[in-house]
Amino acid sequence: MTHILLICKKELKSYFASPIAYLLMAFFGLLFGFAFYTATRDFVRFSFQSQMMGQAQPMNVNEQIIRPLLGFASTIALFLVPMITMRLIAEEKRTGTIELLMTSPVKDYEIIIGKWFGAIVLYACILGMSMINIAMLFLWGKPDLKPVLIGYLGLLLQGGCLLAIGTFISTTTKNQIIAGGVTFFVCLLFWLLSWFTAFDSGVVSQVINYLSIVTHMDNFQKGVLDSKDVVFYLSMIFFSLFMTSRAMDSLRWRA
Amino acid sequence: MIKVEGLTKRYARTVAVNDISFEVEKGQIVGFLGPNGAGKTTTMRILTGFLPATQGKASVAGFDVHESPMEVKKRIGYLPETPPLYPEMEVSEYLEYAGQLKGITTGDIKRRTDDAIGRCSLGEVRSKLIGKLSKGYRQRVGIAQAIIHNPDVLILDEPTSGLDPKQIIEIRELLRALSGEHTIILSTHILSEVEHSCERVIIISQGKLVAQDSVANLTNRLRGSEAVALEVAPVEGRPAATEVQQRLEQVSGVSRVMMKDARDGRLVFEVESLQGRQIRSELARTVVNAGWNLNELRPVGLSLEDIFLQLTGAEQKDEQEGGKK
Ligand SMILES: Nc1ncnc2c1ncn2[C@@H]1O[C@H](COP(=O)(O)OP(=O)(O)OP(=O)(O)O)[C@@H](O)[C@H]1O
Ligand SMILES: [Mg+2]
Repeated sequence: MTHILLICKKELKSYFASPIAYLLMAFFGLLFGFAFYTATRDFVRFSFQSQMMGQAQPMNVNEQIIRPLLGFASTIALFLVPMITMRLIAEEKRTGTIELLMTSPVKDYEIIIGKWFGAIVLYACILGMSMINIAMLFLWGKPDLKPVLIGYLGLLLQGGCLLAIGTFISTTTKNQIIAGGVTFFVCLLFWLLSWFTAFDSGVVSQVINYLSIVTHMDNFQKGVLDSKDVVFYLSMIFFSLFMTSRAMDSLRWRA
Repeated sequence: MIKVEGLTKRYARTVAVNDISFEVEKGQIVGFLGPNGAGKTTTMRILTGFLPATQGKASVAGFDVHESPMEVKKRIGYLPETPPLYPEMEVSEYLEYAGQLKGITTGDIKRRTDDAIGRCSLGEVRSKLIGKLSKGYRQRVGIAQAIIHNPDVLILDEPTSGLDPKQIIEIRELLRALSGEHTIILSTHILSEVEHSCERVIIISQGKLVAQDSVANLTNRLRGSEAVALEVAPVEGRPAATEVQQRLEQVSGVSRVMMKDARDGRLVFEVESLQGRQIRSELARTVVNAGWNLNELRPVGLSLEDIFLQLTGAEQKDEQEGGKK
């Protein structure tokens, strides 16, 4: 456990020693801020209109602002993940620092989990940028807290899953551009597949739809915590990290 | 302390290490000598558990490298061929990280880091970014990383590469100070390196173990044997090259005569002596007495290749030359 924390801390330091962490946070913060601005502006306009027309239709901050914003964040996350994971192991292979890790009395799984933790913490910091906006909603309106928390949990789980896949891909190459490109392609594929298969009831489509990481985000977005989704995410994370450790092993045999 | 038996490593195309066996006693400094591509790095990577062997066994401090890698890794300090450094870290920060990876506790790490920094004379650069250090300093940070946890066994892949002469001497002194309590294997392709720092030498070439001896014995075997470059200018095609070669071979004390060049009416030979024999004056006399023109006679150092040839004997030389044709 000390090794995992040690490696995690080192990864975070490396992220924040380069501009990448700040760039990603700024990038996400700006996009989210813009989406927030549009969503609240429309919301205010609509609620104003509905009051003018004397309709007593209740407006819901959770439904009409937070939910679409969470969906937006989960899509942006697909683009963040490759940038976070691409260097994780590929870079160490390229510069030879992997020799330090692999000849120290540290287990492969400690290296992998440590690196993945580091990636998750950075990802959480990036997501954290959106909380500034969400906090404003709490000052101004009275949204329910619970669905918001569930939504963030979903974002973290989906992110953890994609980051684990990214970590695996980063283990298979020395070239971080390739690692980033392939991870991006995989994320994009998940996203597209969830669209293409959403309205098809064929068995194949349903299976793909189920496996497509993105679809499991839907319930979290609605503020519904379903253990099936949590189990799905956790097992995907476990599976990907397990594959990463296999890849590390074969790296040793082929190197 | 280190035991290697029938170690073989095959890559897709090449056999990098071919059936090597050797042992290193506790407290010894052993030099691993060989030309480029000999298999030094590969052997070291197997010993440190970075690579698995294709065949054979290796053990460190009684633990098999393949069966109990953790126990072996705890006892080894390893400087890879390219020092494994993170350019974005400061020297002391990096050493603390490396030390903790090797199992030093948080309570101990500051003291151990200071110790390693002191021993490798890194005081001036301790809070500099590694990316901004010169090659020599990086090499020293690499060595500091290898010794920080006070391992029983040190495996250093070309520890003095990229250092200036003063630093090389400092590293040699450091190694000498470390030997005794530590067992050290260092690789190099420089013969004098081994003479200066090591007690024993293991010579490998093309993946095979060529010789294994104490440095004293090896230098005795080589001491005094000298190589001489000799140039004869024939007049109107006389003497013929073969004639000169034959005559030179008959000079007493000569072990080998090689034709190096025969262009522009010059015949250039390289002549090697047996151990402890001075042959220069005798060679000069022979050439002059025969009435030939002696253009040049000058001693040349033995190259690593010559040494391999000397050590491996003539059969291998013929083999190699046959292979080239
Ligand atoms: N990853 C690899 N894949 C395939 N062949 C390799 C690999 N690493 C090394 N080799 C081959 O194995 C042989 C031995 O290489 P090695 O690096 O052990 O030599 P060396 O003695 O360390 O040489 P040098 O003095 O240049 O460092 C070489 O022929 C090399 O081409
Ligand atoms: Mg080498």
